[in-house]
Amino acid sequence: MTATALQPIRIGVASTLFRGAFAQQRLRGLLGIGAIALGVALGYAVQLINAAAVNELTLSARTLGGTADLEVLGPRTGFDEALYPLLARRPEIAVASPVVEVEARLPGRDEALRIVGVDVLAAARLDPGWAAATADRFDVFRSDALLLSPAAAGAFGVTTGGTLALQSGLAVLPLRVAGVLTTDGAQRFAVMDIAAVQQAFGHLGRLSRIDLRVVPGTSVAALRDELARTLPPGVVVQPPEDSRDASADLTRSYRVNLNVLALMALFTGGLLVFSTQALSIVRRRAQFALLRVIGVTRRRIVAGLVAEGAAIGAAGSLLGLVAGHALALAVLRFVGADLGSGYFRGVVPALRIEAATAALFFVLGVAAAVAGAWLPAREAVRTPPALALKAGDAERAFERLVSVWPGAVLLAAGIGAAWLPPVDGLPLFGYGAIALLLFGTLVLMPRCAHLLLHAVPPPRSPAPGLALAQLRGAPGQATVSLAAIVASVSLMVSMAIMVSSFRSSVDAWLGELLPADLYFRAAGVGDSGLLSAADQARIAALPGVQRAEFQREDQIQWRVGQPRVALLARTLDPAQPQKSLPFVEPPRPLRADAPPPLWVSEAMVDVHGVAVGSEIELPLAGRSHRFTVAGVWRDYSRPRGTLVIERSRYVALTGDSSATNGALWLAADATPAAVRERLARELPGGEQLDIGTAGDIRRTSLRIFDRTFAVTYALELAAMVIGLVGLSSSFAALVLARRREFGMLRHIGMTRGEIRAMLATEGALVSGVGLVAGIVLGGAISLILIHVVNRQSFHWGMDLAVPWAALGAFAAIVLALSVFTAVVAGRHATSGDAVRAVRDDW
Amino acid sequence: MKRRDFLALGALAALRPQPAAATTGYPAAQPGTRLVFPRDHGAHPEFRTEWWYLTGQLADGAGRGYGFQVTFFRSRPRVAEDNPSRFAARQLVLAHAALADAARGQLLHDQRAARAVFDLAGTDLGTTRAWIGDWRLERAGDGYAAQVAARDFRLDLRCAVTQPVLLQGDDGYSRKGPGARQASHYYSLPQLAVSGRVGIGPAPTEVTGRAWLDHEWSSEIMAPGAVGWDWLGINLDDGGALMAFVMRDAAGAPLWAAATLRDAAGRRTAFPPADVRFTPRRQWRSPRTGARYPVAVEVGVGTRRFAIEPWFDDQELDARASTGTIYWEGAVRVSEDGRPCGSGYLELTGYAAPLAL
Repeated sequence: MTATALQPIRIGVASTLFRGAFAQQRLRGLLGIGAIALGVALGYAVQLINAAAVNELTLSARTLGGTADLEVLGPRTGFDEALYPLLARRPEIAVASPVVEVEARLPGRDEALRIVGVDVLAAARLDPGWAAATADRFDVFRSDALLLSPAAAGAFGVTTGGTLALQSGLAVLPLRVAGVLTTDGAQRFAVMDIAAVQQAFGHLGRLSRIDLRVVPGTSVAALRDELARTLPPGVVVQPPEDSRDASADLTRSYRVNLNVLALMALFTGGLLVFSTQALSIVRRRAQFALLRVIGVTRRRIVAGLVAEGAAIGAAGSLLGLVAGHALALAVLRFVGADLGSGYFRGVVPALRIEAATAALFFVLGVAAAVAGAWLPAREAVRTPPALALKAGDAERAFERLVSVWPGAVLLAAGIGAAWLPPVDGLPLFGYGAIALLLFGTLVLMPRCAHLLLHAVPPPRSPAPGLALAQLRGAPGQATVSLAAIVASVSLMVSMAIMVSSFRSSVDAWLGELLPADLYFRAAGVGDSGLLSAADQARIAALPGVQRAEFQREDQIQWRVGQPRVALLARTLDPAQPQKSLPFVEPPRPLRADAPPPLWVSEAMVDVHGVAVGSEIELPLAGRSHRFTVAGVWRDYSRPRGTLVIERSRYVALTGDSSATNGALWLAADATPAAVRERLARELPGGEQLDIGTAGDIRRTSLRIFDRTFAVTYALELAAMVIGLVGLSSSFAALVLARRREFGMLRHIGMTRGEIRAMLATEGALVSGVGLVAGIVLGGAISLILIHVVNRQSFHWGMDLAVPWAALGAFAAIVLALSVFTAVVAGRHATSGDAVRAVRDDW
Repeated sequence: MKRRDFLALGALAALRPQPAAATTGYPAAQPGTRLVFPRDHGAHPEFRTEWWYLTGQLADGAGRGYGFQVTFFRSRPRVAEDNPSRFAARQLVLAHAALADAARGQLLHDQRAARAVFDLAGTDLGTTRAWIGDWRLERAGDGYAAQVAARDFRLDLRCAVTQPVLLQGDDGYSRKGPGARQASHYYSLPQLAVSGRVGIGPAPTEVTGRAWLDHEWSSEIMAPGAVGWDWLGINLDDGGALMAFVMRDAAGAPLWAAATLRDAAGRRTAFPPADVRFTPRRQWRSPRTGARYPVAVEVGVGTRRFAIEPWFDDQELDARASTGTIYWEGAVRVSEDGRPCGSGYLELTGYAAPLAL
């Protein structure tokens, strides 16, 4: 027969061999598919949700702002309206459209409606995406007329002619729905006359924004530069895209972190494919050698094996894309476009299929699986067929993996990368450091296992002794199981330590932040709730109230093109600010002649480079005032930065004596419940107050914390399950592959029980080694997560808190599961006839 | 039309006659009120609606003809008058500018609308001065100045007064319907001598011509049942002036009409409804809106018969996409007994749909 005539037979044989081998590995194949699917689903869902949110932000900016070239922005509380005629009169400005924006709370509800107060006649010239449809053309100018977006009308169940009540100060304003706007998009908002908003929500004399369109032929950049020089302090001019990008940026760090988690899931999937393929290839070495003997080239064998991996990757990716889409839908419906982080409100975007993103994640999923299959496949065909056909050769496959230098270099690089600064506000080097540490450890694992196993003292009884000897002598196969266990344990441990540190830091922070008995806000959401000076006096005079402190919150434009930072004007003792704020380091007293103190959150230092002891200019009510940075405190609730000044000074400089929230210290004989009741009953509009004890706020905050980390928890769990199942199944496969050995052992006199004991010891040793390495690596990674990734992403520090009990329980479960798997697998492997087991290969 | 026109014309439409119920709280035009100048050249902000309507014909050195219209409306919506905000819409100012290019048979038009705040838009008391940004119409010396920078054209015109004020109706008290409340204060300044510049494209053209100014203020114009009106303002070649209007009901029958004719010697005759007749001579159907306008009419005033022919048919202003308001406002030439005798503007409202809101 010629070689050509043999070809169909060879192909038939080859595919039968491939198929047969794959069928045996069905469970592990499914696991690989599952892990890849998880990674793809998560990554794709995060991208989809973000694309939907950004799309919605763009659409809403276009709908609300129209085609402005520039916008002039100030603090949340607004700026002097006298700026409007100055800008409107400039010859290079064709249209100036003044805007007052309020987020008005719906009384009795935890919802706020964005109200855009415009001069419809000026706004209309910017071609906004809405048009008013009212029966009476002058209705839009009336002080009680509200025009709702279709989404808002639907959400609040009102139509034209209906009434929507909104909170202003502590009062409830019934506004008349004069019409429903014709707009696209899912944004909930209302349009009102600018004068009506100014009057209704206490914004007389102030504007939030001025949208500008320049005369054709005017240089927008030049005008922008000139305006920037002349605008009052605290007021900036920027293209409208900047605001939109700044809102989209709010979730960027959070999104990037989720994407890294997705990549980790993909990596775990790839690792699982690697261990599946590695073991299945080892078991098929003889078959591949046979294939090569009958003329199949190395290249074709590698191609076949890689195709197996690709098939797993493709199946997992497809599954992941479907699951990712479903996940994104569910998240948008039930959690929101901010992925539960609370960054956007009132945005319920529509989901679209993103072909490019889908393709990217499909490719990533397939690539992870192909990489997992390619490494062992290359190894399998390296060995000469004659050698591979011999029994006992399987161990050779892993010899090449044992090498020290690459691992050491990776670890060193990882440690070095952890010290590098963020790139474009993202902790890219931090993530890189984690990846390098992980890869370095995996590469070093055989050497580590060797060291650790030789450190174990040889036991007296023969079964554990044999187990140790077996592992010391042939650590290669166990190394594959070890890689899976180390990766999953380290990721799990690092996340657990990071989240636990974060949570306990938040808990401690809340304790420091909440020294009073009762806390209240004029409105739980939005910015329409305010306490007037009279309200404050009434609250302070309530029976049972020993002391009342009030706070005014505003948001100021610190830099052009960046989100606003929070400004808190708070009652505190400037000599002892640490009584009111959780400082990172004890604040230093100021020189007698220094400008007044201002205390900044960690983000102001990290993001804006504000240094303790320096003097900075703070824009208040259109004027610049000099302050001394007197200390840095920790603010977990505002990652963009917070400034605190004394309230008395704020009132003196701005004339604004209103407050947004406050705290009460109660008399010895007063109960929180009684005072709370009195507040709600005796203060006009007191029922609008959002009141809570320190304990309530603490519970709520921790609940929000846990919700924010829900995605993280879910992933952690999934990674752990995949790791454990992968570990147990690879261990089971190893044990089954050693039937001949067990037969031999029984021939020389070992009982089945002793063999099982030996296997249990092996299981315990392997997972013990994996746990030790995984926990050490996980600890290192958690430090990077805490001090590099979190710090650079969210600009807050936290104190290390290791959840020893949880980690101990986790380690115990891993150990028990490995022992259990080893024993169960051993029962199968030793159940047959010892003679037949030995004969198998001869 | 773009969306923005909606709001502009939305407010504009509100200037049009309102149902009686909506006029409460506004002063009514009173018979026997003597108009006093220059005071009454200025605004009357207590009234619901007021306009200064400047229309005319121009020609450049090469004889190319243009019709133009610059109108400022003032409106008091009587909403939010108690709102202390400086932005409260106590008074609105709206403007409309159009340029009929006879050579191309094309009508260019643009509009502005603004609330009278921060002196960015407004109308003055005591003299004619109305402005929105860089659009303005004002009395300057012994004449008027109009400046408009529209989307597709620019106007910069000076109009010298050559004749005394022409009081319409009963010494400036002009009835608009059978009810006594349907009336305005109304005077005209015909035969204004225009000089200035018209710009279509980059280079402006020097022009001269003849114009007509209407100044009218009222709180209620349209009688119940009225759907629109035909109006005419003609500068006669002999120096005379003719104003005529008819208010129509849904069937097209006249509900009210009036005319004023001043001859070259300055003798003024006011005609009662029975002596004024608009007879359509030719219809033009708008290919865009389907509305049919009597663009050529015969106007009978007393014993005289004037034949009115448009410069070109398509001088329709289509705001259907926003308010549904569609009307025709065009430059016309006038002949009597077959002899050309004047030129002016014809306004036809309520033909596409009833003008009542």
